[in-house]
Amino acid sequence: MLRIPQLSGRRVVAGIPILWLLILFLIPFIIVFRISLSEVRLAIPPYTPLFTWHHGSPSLQLHWSSYAFLFTDSLYVSSYLYSLKVAAISTLCCLLIGYPMAYAIAHASPASRSVLLMLIVLPFWTSFLLRVYAWIGLLKNNGVINNVLLWLGVIHEPLALLQTDFAVYIGIVYSYLPFMILPLYANLEKHDGALLEAAADLGARPMRAFLRITLPQSLAGILAGSLLVFIPAVGEYVIPTLLGRTDQLMIGRVLSDEFFENRDWPVASAVAILVLLLLVIPIMWFQRLERRELEEAK
Amino acid sequence: MKSRGLFSRCGLILGLVFLYVPILSMIIFSFNNSRLVTVWDAAHSPTLKWYVALAANEQILRAAWLSIRIALVSSTGAVILGTLAGVALARFGAFRGRLLLAGMTTAPIVMPEVITGLSLLLLFVALQQLIGWPRGVGAVTITLAHITFCMAYVTVVVQSRLAGMDESLEEAAMDLGARPGRVFFRITLPLILPAIASGWLLAFTLSWDDLVITQFVAGPGSSTLPMVIFSKVRFGVTPDINALATILVLIVATGIAASTVWMRYQQRRRERDVLLAAAAN
Repeated sequence: MLRIPQLSGRRVVAGIPILWLLILFLIPFIIVFRISLSEVRLAIPPYTPLFTWHHGSPSLQLHWSSYAFLFTDSLYVSSYLYSLKVAAISTLCCLLIGYPMAYAIAHASPASRSVLLMLIVLPFWTSFLLRVYAWIGLLKNNGVINNVLLWLGVIHEPLALLQTDFAVYIGIVYSYLPFMILPLYANLEKHDGALLEAAADLGARPMRAFLRITLPQSLAGILAGSLLVFIPAVGEYVIPTLLGRTDQLMIGRVLSDEFFENRDWPVASAVAILVLLLLVIPIMWFQRLERRELEEAK
Repeated sequence: MKSRGLFSRCGLILGLVFLYVPILSMIIFSFNNSRLVTVWDAAHSPTLKWYVALAANEQILRAAWLSIRIALVSSTGAVILGTLAGVALARFGAFRGRLLLAGMTTAPIVMPEVITGLSLLLLFVALQQLIGWPRGVGAVTITLAHITFCMAYVTVVVQSRLAGMDESLEEAAMDLGARPGRVFFRITLPLILPAIASGWLLAFTLSWDDLVITQFVAGPGSSTLPMVIFSKVRFGVTPDINALATILVLIVATGIAASTVWMRYQQRRRERDVLLAAAAN
């Protein structure tokens, strides 16, 4: 470790980003929580104050009505559960598609490895919104996939692909696949081939060697990739709005609609707090993995 | 062993096809004459008419210009803050607030965007009530929001570069009596410059591309390019968006190709320098 005599300089270096993130990242959550405990009113801002003055002393006004509302209306409960289901299934699909890809890249020659990694990351640099939009053109009733299938004679009527759960899974897997592949690759690349050779020498079949050696060793990569897909997918807004069903909304869309369409800031804030409560454990889990990864690099 | 290698290699190829078919289809249909986007009008295609339409679309051009300016300022701000945070996390050992800083720099990466967007807007509204600033939402609030979520990515890039780097050069400079600031600017900064450059590019792309957070903190008259695109494609496919996508893909592909060639050139020059130095001895 470096011994820097001037502590004040260090304090400034660490203090500036801490201060910035406190104000623009941490404190906003406190404000969201505070507004979730207000009631909506027709004013600017459109919610009741937390403190009201009674005979010169402040009195705290906490309204749990937004939360009560969310739990009694089945619309919110069902979109909450639906978001969890969609995120879980998409994460699993990402893992099933991403694992063989990461494995193949990790076992490719060093020269082709960098090219393959670039090919994986390249779509990520082009607009996320436009890549989701591209799927509308593919999945539509008179879209590319239906036209090809009709032409091949596989189907005789166009399949309804757009505005289905399937379209949302495709959209999420497509957009988040690099986030699954990169941590998996980083993990698989470090594996020692000697263990697998030893297993083969001892007569283990490839499948058995994979299940007993490679898979357990790559658990940290699987976890990091899965969390990196699952957490943002729960609150996904763009993909279900462009590709998804109109009769079943995901929670991110519900939050946005409450805020922009219904102008109900307290309910939107309560939705945000409930999603956060759900995600706080996965987020902390991800942070621990991330910290361990960086310490190992040292 | 052989069969599994084959399986994963097929998976890789299929996966790459999956990643690139949508992009290719967008490029192909940008030259299609038909308004029906996905029906190829063989008699009148290929045509450049959607590109011409795009060049005359003032709304899109204005939004693109705004997006570029916001992305330039936010990525620069994110790089400064992210580098400070990365240096603090990788080089300062244990200090008060370390865990807090580490947590606040990884959480924004996974945080669902609707939550970040909502919380930032509510912060700006609260600030405006308290101190009268920022006055309304617009380009300023968008930039502040973008700096905040982009700096998290820069921090991770810089921190992992520093973590994988030998500290002996910095220690040697210290032993020779260089002050910490001088050590940073003469030794650390040049060594992490590639990480800073890729962090800046990443931040620029993220800012340029962001829709959800921006929608929360934008006001009337501050529509960025993704906001204009989203409002157009929400109600169906429009061919000029295909043309726009093609241009963006081209720019990115050229940029990546150029940076690869440049890095190869640097690598070769370094190798030559090493050879020359060896020959001189």
